[in-house]
Amino acid sequence: MSGGVDSAVAAARCVDAGHDVTGVHLALSSNPQSFRSGARGCCTLEDSRDARRAADVLGIPFYVWDLAERFRAEVVDDFVSEYAAGRTPNPCLRCNEKIKFAAVLDRARALGFDAVCTGHYARIVDGPGGRELHRAVDPAKDQSYVLGVLTAEQLAGAMFPLGGSLKSDVRAEAAERGLAVAAKPDSHDICFIADGDSGGFLRDRLGAAAGEIVDEHGAVVGAHDGAYAYTVGQRRGLRIGRPAADGKPRYVLDISPVDNRVTVGPAEALDVDELVGTHARWCGPVPDGLIECEAQYRAHGEAVPAAARFDGEALTVGFADSQRGVAPGQSIVLYDGTRVIGSATIDRTS
Amino acid sequence: MSSGRVYLDHAATTAVLPEVIDVVAARMGTLGNPSSLHSSGRQARKAVEEARETVAGALGAMPSEVVFTSGGTEADNLAVKGLYWARRSADPRRTRVLVSAVEHHAVTDTAEWLAKSEGAQVEWLPVDRDGRLVVDAVRSSLARDPDSVALVSVMWANNEVGTLQPVAEIVAAAGQYGVPVHSDAVQAAGSVPVDFAASRLTAMTVSGHKLGGPVGSGALLVRRDADLVPVQHGGGQEREIRSGTLDAPSIAGFATAVEVAVASRTERASRLGELREALIGGVLEAVPDAVVNGPRDPRRRLPGLAHVSFPGCEGDAMMMLLDAQGIDCSTGAACAAGVPEPSHVLLAMGADLLRARSSLRFSLGHSSTRADVDSLVAAIGPVVERARAAGYVNVKGS
Repeated sequence: MSGGVDSAVAAARCVDAGHDVTGVHLALSSNPQSFRSGARGCCTLEDSRDARRAADVLGIPFYVWDLAERFRAEVVDDFVSEYAAGRTPNPCLRCNEKIKFAAVLDRARALGFDAVCTGHYARIVDGPGGRELHRAVDPAKDQSYVLGVLTAEQLAGAMFPLGGSLKSDVRAEAAERGLAVAAKPDSHDICFIADGDSGGFLRDRLGAAAGEIVDEHGAVVGAHDGAYAYTVGQRRGLRIGRPAADGKPRYVLDISPVDNRVTVGPAEALDVDELVGTHARWCGPVPDGLIECEAQYRAHGEAVPAAARFDGEALTVGFADSQRGVAPGQSIVLYDGTRVIGSATIDRTS
Repeated sequence: MSSGRVYLDHAATTAVLPEVIDVVAARMGTLGNPSSLHSSGRQARKAVEEARETVAGALGAMPSEVVFTSGGTEADNLAVKGLYWARRSADPRRTRVLVSAVEHHAVTDTAEWLAKSEGAQVEWLPVDRDGRLVVDAVRSSLARDPDSVALVSVMWANNEVGTLQPVAEIVAAAGQYGVPVHSDAVQAAGSVPVDFAASRLTAMTVSGHKLGGPVGSGALLVRRDADLVPVQHGGGQEREIRSGTLDAPSIAGFATAVEVAVASRTERASRLGELREALIGGVLEAVPDAVVNGPRDPRRRLPGLAHVSFPGCEGDAMMMLLDAQGIDCSTGAACAAGVPEPSHVLLAMGADLLRARSSLRFSLGHSSTRADVDSLVAAIGPVVERARAAGYVNVKGS
């Protein structure tokens, strides 16, 4: 229970369903701030109190589990080192894979619980081949992408009671249930960067590292203070003085941490027809042969028609139409309609 | 317990005595501010002064030495800050504050605040493996530069592991140099013999809700000749040391609780001592590798408190599992936002970080029964097994 409305209503529905529910709040920062400021961040002492109060209202036990050290090691350090390596990680997937449905689920199981119930918007459906993960009914809130990293084994210990609801209905239900968090704003951005300034967060940890911005032919067109501040596909904030010969906007094409170089170029050069993913994760049977599917390569993007093949290590995904803004480090999640097939971390594109 | 719970956390708070509830309710129905001069006020004042005499009589103090407070934390703050300010004001060299390493946070955090904001140098007095103060260390700390010591604060009995401190020896050592000693006797009063005059302490803290009185009641016993700068200013109701309208109902209830607890102490201590032996015997039988912390000698510890380490188990997990089975106990450690910190008491006793996190405190009180102990003994084996399987979370290197 984060202290937000979704996890509170998820817990309430779990109680209503007759389960023996214990509320758990994850302390993910070793020195949390006292109060929320705006909609950023999620792990203040105020959030912890909100979660405790919701548990009181539901009449369930409530505990804080201190996972700050695990979270730092598995999620925050990974976030920083991925950026340092020129990739653009998604820490929410990492947290679901390593914390919520690993450290928390393992501990819960060891302590005698059967499942971890969260306020994620996604559906678990009993299908012919076992449990399936599906997109949520509310397309604006669907979080199946950040859960695409779960394995079948993790999914077996997960419950998402909100997947069939609209967010607006969840808020109304929270109000009806007398949960004070009913009107609490949604949290956005990365929970461990309270002020939302990812660039500043990375600069504090990686230090300034001035380098060159070059065009696709290798000509120096600008300078940067740290290649980690850039994402493939990024257009804004490049601060390139000299316009391109054709006068068209330029985008980040590549980030090379080895020579600390950011390569920019025209939009066409961003076109990606195929990508190779590593660290494949399947929430059902491991697919064999050609996978006709839709592929989603960023959290707030559409799934596009694709064909994929898994050789046991690498997942190769070919897009039916060229895609732009495919950033290494992000995850590629494969869908069959609303059903999640599996995911991989984007390693390289072509 | 009426709620059907097995309550083994009396050191956190204990059941209010029925006679206390009667006294408080009766007094609450009566109008009057003890500081008012009219008849209603005099009636309230009478109740407060009778309470003062009762508390003084039960704890070996004079009535004029009883300063009523809102509880233990306020009394500790008043003693440590008040003595520090008064002593430093009399002689600016007096900035050293000697505090045992196993004090309650009401004392440790107050001392740390003095260090941060008031130029104090805090010296943490070491304890041995049983949690008992090393008297020689106190002596040498004092002797190093006695003129610079503002005060010494040493609790009478530790709230986590139950160790009794050598208060008399500390007072004797400090007395050589005229250094005042404060003792937090919140856990000791009503559990072991406590006599303020005989102790020759300068100030001593007592709390109501640890011995069957209302939460929010307590007192600092302060010797008549002691100089204390107030923390809370206002009407000067209590010897000009403590201001605030006197809470006559709560004070009357507090006095009743102190009186009953002290009068029934011997009988209760022997009963709780037997229950504790049964508890420890049963727990060790169920979990042979469990380790009982604190002194073995019953004369050196609180009668009704058992602090046990369970290797390989997170205290938090065991507490949660016992809670789910209807048993209330404590990890004995301080909580910040519900996040358990490793106990500073266990660490001061030389325990490693894991052991400090692997402990539970079971504390018995006047309403405890053999059935409570039996319930715990029946539950603890499977709970430990399960907590052990879950292992530790968030420990570096685990």
